[in-house]
Amino acid sequence: MHKNKGPILLVEDDEVDVMMVQRAFKKHGIDNPLHVAESGDRALALLRGENGQRVVPILILFDLNMPRMNGITFLKELRADPQLRALPAVALTSSSQPADRETAFEYNVAGYFIKPVSYEQLVELFGNIGRYWQLSEHP
Amino acid sequence: MDNATILLVEDDPNDEELILRTLRSMGLHERATVTRNGREALDYLFHAQRPPRLILLDLKLPKMGGLEVLQALRVDNRTRLTPVVVFTSSIEQTDVMTSYDLGANSYVRKPVDYREFSDALKQIAGYWLNLNMPVPDRHDRH
Repeated sequence: MHKNKGPILLVEDDEVDVMMVQRAFKKHGIDNPLHVAESGDRALALLRGENGQRVVPILILFDLNMPRMNGITFLKELRADPQLRALPAVALTSSSQPADRETAFEYNVAGYFIKPVSYEQLVELFGNIGRYWQLSEHP
Repeated sequence: MDNATILLVEDDPNDEELILRTLRSMGLHERATVTRNGREALDYLFHAQRPPRLILLDLKLPKMGGLEVLQALRVDNRTRLTPVVVFTSSIEQTDVMTSYDLGANSYVRKPVDYREFSDALKQIAGYWLNLNMPVPDRHDRH
């Protein structure tokens, strides 16, 4: 089966969570280049190539709870940009807010996941997400 | 009308059989409904009491193509939030781009190999039905 090895962009301000994603991918053999942006506006700058480097990811993983620009605002900005609007973006959160979830699906998230508290479950979840998107086609 | 967890929009009988067989191996086939063209899919969706958790949409369909179905789903309040995975044999990059542009949540190419086809579907079902948080229920969705 063909495997998509394009870059993945992680938008996450929590360093521990970033480390977890890195470990989970490593453990599951997901070796796509992983770029990290610690806020929504930094992610947008990276996607638009505003500071020289431009990332065209096969998948964006974004946290909903971030300072400055939260995940929902980031998602809306992404969908409003004709160059970026088609990119698959997965929402991650530590709580199950139905309102956020509804808005997220309104803006076509590529999945909405609650980060498990246990380390093993977290590694398992990110492994599954990574594997699924290696299988998928991207714009 | 009963509520499907997963709605297939698939006109190829061989693919349908393979999909249902795979879902059966996961204990999901009783929660699957099959529609064989775009019209039938919309007709089902607009009359279902509750939208399915997942729509598995082929692109090459008789009567009304998959992209047209997707477009219709995304402008209707009853279905605009429902996750749609395009599952097709098309490898055209324009189909991928247009699908995401029209609001598909994911696009997976049907593998030619029988086992890979089944594995891909297992991943799709696992991701969207077991891992993903469902769209919240709304009483006012109509």
